[in-house]
Amino acid sequence: MPDTNLIIEEKDAHIKAEDFSVFYGNNEAVKKVNMRIPKGKVTAIIGPSGCGKSTYLRAINRMNDLIPICRADGAMMFDKQDIYASNIDVVSLRQRVGMVFQKPNPFPKSIFDNVAYGPRLLGIKKKAELSEIVEHSLKKSAIWDEVKDRLKENALCMSGGQQQRLCIARALAVQPEILLMDEPTSALDPKATTKIEDLIGELCGDYTIIIVTHNMQQAARVSDFTAFMYEGILIEFGITKNLFEKPREKQTEDYITGRFG
Amino acid sequence: MQLKTRKFINKLFSGIGITSVVIMTAFLLILLTPITYKGLGAIFFSGTIEYRMLNYKEFGHGDKENIEKEFAKAKTARAPVYLQFDSFKKEVKKLEPKKRREIKNQLKEIKEALKELLGPFPDTPIPVLLRNQYGQTRWKNAQEKLHHVLYSEEWDYSDPTKPGIQVFVPRKKYFAGTSFESFFPYLEKNIKKMLLPKFTCYWQFLTDKSKDAHFFGGIMPEILGTIYLALGAMIFAVPLGILAAIYLSEYANPGKIISFLRICMGALAGVPSIVFGLFGLAFFINTIHVSNSKSVLAGSMTLALLILPTVIRSAEEAIKAVPNTYREASLGLGAGKWHSVWTIVLPSALPGILTGTIISLGRAAGETAPIIFTAAVSVGLPLKIWETLSQPTPALSWNIYNLCTEHEAVDEIRHVQYGMVFVLIAIVLLFNLTAIIARARIMKKLRG
Repeated sequence: MPDTNLIIEEKDAHIKAEDFSVFYGNNEAVKKVNMRIPKGKVTAIIGPSGCGKSTYLRAINRMNDLIPICRADGAMMFDKQDIYASNIDVVSLRQRVGMVFQKPNPFPKSIFDNVAYGPRLLGIKKKAELSEIVEHSLKKSAIWDEVKDRLKENALCMSGGQQQRLCIARALAVQPEILLMDEPTSALDPKATTKIEDLIGELCGDYTIIIVTHNMQQAARVSDFTAFMYEGILIEFGITKNLFEKPREKQTEDYITGRFG
Repeated sequence: MQLKTRKFINKLFSGIGITSVVIMTAFLLILLTPITYKGLGAIFFSGTIEYRMLNYKEFGHGDKENIEKEFAKAKTARAPVYLQFDSFKKEVKKLEPKKRREIKNQLKEIKEALKELLGPFPDTPIPVLLRNQYGQTRWKNAQEKLHHVLYSEEWDYSDPTKPGIQVFVPRKKYFAGTSFESFFPYLEKNIKKMLLPKFTCYWQFLTDKSKDAHFFGGIMPEILGTIYLALGAMIFAVPLGILAAIYLSEYANPGKIISFLRICMGALAGVPSIVFGLFGLAFFINTIHVSNSKSVLAGSMTLALLILPTVIRSAEEAIKAVPNTYREASLGLGAGKWHSVWTIVLPSALPGILTGTIISLGRAAGETAPIIFTAAVSVGLPLKIWETLSQPTPALSWNIYNLCTEHEAVDEIRHVQYGMVFVLIAIVLLFNLTAIIARARIMKKLRG
């Protein structure tokens, strides 16, 4: 039986999970997921707490490596390479796959240094070049006008929404191909959330964006494709509009209509 | 529980809390006030002309002309005293034998006391020891010595049921009817003219070396030794401690070996400091021969060992307190583990690391037992920095003990003892203050 979730053609897929599982010790948090994530689109992953959606997201740039008991099985293909292969350099992978976290986490450094952190890692030392990258990234994340006069100030002085956009700018500064967002607005107020959502709309096309969210309206608003996960299993993956209006699976319908979860 | 009871319990607890804080502060004040007062006495005191003369001749402080003028004045005032002595010597021979013996004894005592008070008699050979070459340099001590000249210490055994009582009998009594009788009132009346006491600020106490086993001079070698030892201990302990803390908190996989290491570290922190001293002697000096004998280097290493557990523990706590999100963010941008520790985790943990380090620095500066075997000597010159590799040094902590217990004239150098205690406390407080300021500045930079 062909997997109904493989609606993206292989050539359009940027990320491709093949029977991909993640284990915490003996506990299988992500169970044999097959999913193709399209290039240049926004893909949302929804599901109740503990369904493995964050674990799946973090697996894409191997952030789960930080947890000693965590291991992955199956293949996660990124540009025809399994990122879990032994010859993969995690550092360069993470530079190509940027990540924005649940809580804004700017470094306790100046705004400039925060954005320049990634480029400096890549060996860029010239002040002019760095300034250009910083300005470009801040403009892209729609925060330039608010901070251009206070780049020397500590990033922790900014509001939560500004901090999160700064984190996006910081991720963009290393010119990644993919941007992973792990519930990026859950710690923000509605106004700041709107700004982030607008930003996601502007960024799609240039980047492949994968966003994990608790908020179904948000998924409906910002994403082109949506995946629904439940208890580690990918239940349904489809075009966002279809998934919310005509879900194929009963569980999806129950979840989006608020009957459980 | 009733609202009333709850409120009462809350009040009770805050009351107990305030009381304990107040008691602590009171004890601190009780401790610090006399130390400060008496310690400052080493620097600010009423000094005599003998002091000024000594200070000029031995250390080159002061204005030569002025001092010589003053000394000439004092000499004129003293001349009758010696004259009286000489003329009375002839008179003694004429006295009856029994009286003569008694008076001779008294004269001998007076002569000794007078030597201590005003220095050697004129036209006698210069004594070998520096302490005998000068009279009393401090007015306060001079008054005591004057008392020795004027009164003889005797014991009253008249009541056989009780132990003897110390009484001071005026020596004048023994000389009643002789020409020497006027010696005592003259001395008492003119002592100020003979010693010319004057308020003195001897700040060079901090920068002079000591003369004649701390009878005179300052405590520079001790201060320098203490700083060398404390900073030396830091040089060994801090990098090692921070590296160990990074390894333990960032790299090591928790397991049996790591918990065993932790237990060992805890045990190390509880080892008595004298044992560290013995270990330092046995290992650093006798086994691996970092120096031929006691040296600042060996002492620093021993102290480093002593404070290492504290440094590691506090650095580890500070590193653990850095939010995990910083690490994730840094690693997420493609930083390697070491890079993210170096650029993000360590700077964020710096205030905490600094606090632990400075607490240990204070401890290293004050520790006595470990350096007895490895670094400390009672008397020595200020060391040059390269000499610390091979030379032992006097240090405040050890010399406080030494001067209070093993010195030949413990009573006469009280001011030096208090001065050392005061300076040691001041050094430790100064270290702490620097750390508090540095910490506040770093925090401000981090928090924005």
